[in-house]
Amino acid sequence: MKFGIVTFPGSNSDYDAFRAVADTLGETAVYLWHKDHDLQNVDVVILPGGFSYGDYLRAGAIARFSPIMREVEAHANRGAPVIGICNGFQIACEAGLLPGALLKNSKLQFVSAPVAIRVENNDTMFTIQYERGAVLTIPIAHGDGRFTADAQTLDMLEASDRVVFRYVDSRGNASPEGNPNGSDRNIAGIVNATGNVIGLMPHPERALDQLLGSADGIPFFESILATVAA
Amino acid sequence: MSSFRVSVHITPRRGILDPQGKAVAGALHSLGFDGVKDVHVGRYIVVETDADNATAAEFDVRSMCERLLANPVIEDFEIESAATG
Repeated sequence: MKFGIVTFPGSNSDYDAFRAVADTLGETAVYLWHKDHDLQNVDVVILPGGFSYGDYLRAGAIARFSPIMREVEAHANRGAPVIGICNGFQIACEAGLLPGALLKNSKLQFVSAPVAIRVENNDTMFTIQYERGAVLTIPIAHGDGRFTADAQTLDMLEASDRVVFRYVDSRGNASPEGNPNGSDRNIAGIVNATGNVIGLMPHPERALDQLLGSADGIPFFESILATVAA
Repeated sequence: MSSFRVSVHITPRRGILDPQGKAVAGALHSLGFDGVKDVHVGRYIVVETDADNATAAEFDVRSMCERLLANPVIEDFEIESAATG
């Protein structure tokens, strides 16, 4: 299977994503330059973390107009998988691939720390290798991660099981204490209506080795391998 | 074609938690400005553009706001009258 990782000016997690694919999964990874128009026949697109265009205007607002995004949107509209991690989530929301938006953390501070997230839906191409309700340790590193949407959109996301990950506290409850950025309803990750585009603030590509704190990100990538026909 | 300057005020949409505004309001209270009820921190953008007339310049900037300068999910915007310049 071939994964394409888009590098925008200011991306900084593209190498982590590359390593997750090439080393952990043993699959093919290529970098896709933001000015290119060719997705090089990849099966999966990753919009990685970072600070594309310096987060000018709003996080993801400028990257969304990068030349390659037209092809990424066409790829998503064909039903092919797109993963937006952190800044990639922000870009996917700005591009309209996912509903809602990501605002400055409620405590106004950048948070870089491992957090607990619960798998709310394991019936997606990104989570099938997890147990439903499993609590994972995955790092976050963001200043603008507070997912928000109007109440109607939030209700629709819940009703259609599109909330994939939720922040939880040490007892596994989706409480305010367990929420590192003040996101609506503790939401950490969602999928689009057709289930092929996921956006999440936590970094599964930085949780691949117990020696570095957690290997809970591995099933995320293995799920894609198990569900996506190359 | 003439040159115009069009100013835009972008503020967090009402009803959406604005922690920056809350923090500034708290600081103003601690300075003794007890009358402060709420503060909204936003963005001020000046677009210098060529257009046929002021109405056309404002129309263009409205479209810019809808497509890029503001995010309708989280922000409101207000456009000031275009000034020649």
